[in-house]
Amino acid sequence: MIIAEQKPLDEIMGLLGSDERVLVVGCGTCVTVCFAGGAREAAIVAASVRMTSKLNSVPREVTDVTVQRQCEWEYLDEIKEQISDADIILSLGCGIGVQAIAERFPDKWVVPGLNTTFLGMPTEQGVWIERCAACGDCVLGITGGICPIARCSKSLLNGPCGGSEDGHCEINPDIDCAWQLIYDRLSRLGRLDALLELQPPKNWSTSRDGGPRKITRDDLRLAAEEE
Amino acid sequence: MSNATSSNGYLVGSNLEKVLKAGHFAVTGELGPPQSADGQEIRHKAAILKGNCDAVNITDNQTAIVRMSSIGAGTIVVQEGLEPIIQMTCRDRNRLAIQSDLLGAYALGMRNLLCLTGDHQSFGNHPTAKNVFDIDSLQLVKLVSDMRDSAVFASGEAFKGPEARFFVGAAAAPFADPTEFRPYRLAKKIAAGANFIQTQLVYDIPAFAVYMEKVRSMGLHEQAYILAGVGPLKSPGMARYMKNQVPGILVPDKVIDRMNRASAPWADIPKEELTTEDKKARSQAWKDEGIRICIDLINELKEIKGVAGVHIMAIEWEEAVQPIVEGAGLLPRPVVAT
Ligand code: SF4
Ligand code: SF4
Repeated sequence: MIIAEQKPLDEIMGLLGSDERVLVVGCGTCVTVCFAGGAREAAIVAASVRMTSKLNSVPREVTDVTVQRQCEWEYLDEIKEQISDADIILSLGCGIGVQAIAERFPDKWVVPGLNTTFLGMPTEQGVWIERCAACGDCVLGITGGICPIARCSKSLLNGPCGGSEDGHCEINPDIDCAWQLIYDRLSRLGRLDALLELQPPKNWSTSRDGGPRKITRDDLRLAAEEE
Repeated sequence: MSNATSSNGYLVGSNLEKVLKAGHFAVTGELGPPQSADGQEIRHKAAILKGNCDAVNITDNQTAIVRMSSIGAGTIVVQEGLEPIIQMTCRDRNRLAIQSDLLGAYALGMRNLLCLTGDHQSFGNHPTAKNVFDIDSLQLVKLVSDMRDSAVFASGEAFKGPEARFFVGAAAAPFADPTEFRPYRLAKKIAAGANFIQTQLVYDIPAFAVYMEKVRSMGLHEQAYILAGVGPLKSPGMARYMKNQVPGILVPDKVIDRMNRASAPWADIPKEELTTEDKKARSQAWKDEGIRICIDLINELKEIKGVAGVHIMAIEWEEAVQPIVEGAGLLPRPVVAT
């Protein structure tokens, strides 16, 4: 899922400027699961903004609402009245949610309350780790199900580099060396031969390097037309 | 080794290739470009190293700190009559920039290239930079070999004129994790086209001998020239730092003890009573011992079958190279006629 974390309150206050009526919009999907921007967090952020504004004598009216998914028009349409009543929208969705609001409500100013950080998963209570960089050409089939693109600091396809030590990456002892993990897993499964083969340069055109990406599925478009 | 040699039997005909091919025990050094536009400093360092090494590595933004470019500095080194080994990392350039720089380097007279992944930018003085890592060091080895042997670019397109021909090097980290995999990674680099290998610093001879035994059993020493990395220690503190902080370097206690013993005459003087002269003399004693240890290491490395030479890393201490090479009985450097 998409992992995000809240921006510092100071930054949020700066983004809100002097706009009076603020609508905080949470999202019920990924950012709820990672405790960054669900209904609970939206209520807390709204309360913090209210309190800080009061302390600084900034006139302000703050409400909060949470939709099931900020990245789909139909859920945003459910709150269009509240949006039109506000001067500014503080989105607690991921970057996609913020942009969905901006696109659906062209006359409304929207600012992000979160930093969208990565695609990952929780590994223990309160810890999330990056797992995928959405490179568009998945190599997990040759690396034993461990991603070297997102999890090796240098995205090496023929790792490990010389900086691997005691299972961690040279850049930080808190980060696992992806290539040590790959080595261990292939070794356990008796498939180390896979590491002897030289992997050619990656085709990065399927990742962001190829420009903004788009998928069009004609089968689904036709089905929608027939309905 | 590749079969794509010229009529004279050399892949490239660089001094380094000639010395190695003739079977001499090779010596390479290292020249770190300045953190400035000072060409004079390169000339100064080149003068110190000339005659003591067969070729010198010119580092490429080493430890991710911005310095004069390796090709820029290498051009000055060529002018000074010393042979450069251009280091190129995959951190700062994508495949377009790498290839165009290689064409320029060749046109400017550079003939040896060392392919590296590169230290992560978080170590250096621009930690907020974006990195590249479009290709990795093995893919770079392959790219440069294909340029030379098939006259093609990474895209597969043919050169429109003379190709860039480099004697291709790669690094090896015999003691980095996972250590069992290291000889296989070396094999992979050689299969990708590496003609010579420079290893990470070796202080632990028995551990390196075990690695070389595996390397020989795989026949790798017959497919590429392996140069063992050595470097003079400046102080016991530096030895401990390398042992504890730098991944992939083993420093036996024996070596640290030798460095400590070198400062025995000052050991009983309380720290605050050490005069500036004392400190100077102690530092000199450490440096002298560091050089002696380095000479001893080279002498032991010469005895290990499959070691084709040494790569002396004395960065910011280029003056140490001459006494080391001389002490190890490796002077004068051979001159190989074409
Ligand atoms: S290889 Fe690409 S698609 Fe597969 S997990 Fe890694 S980044 Fe994601
Ligand atoms: S130490 Fe491991 S994870 Fe870190 S850059 Fe090297 S190979 Fe990648």
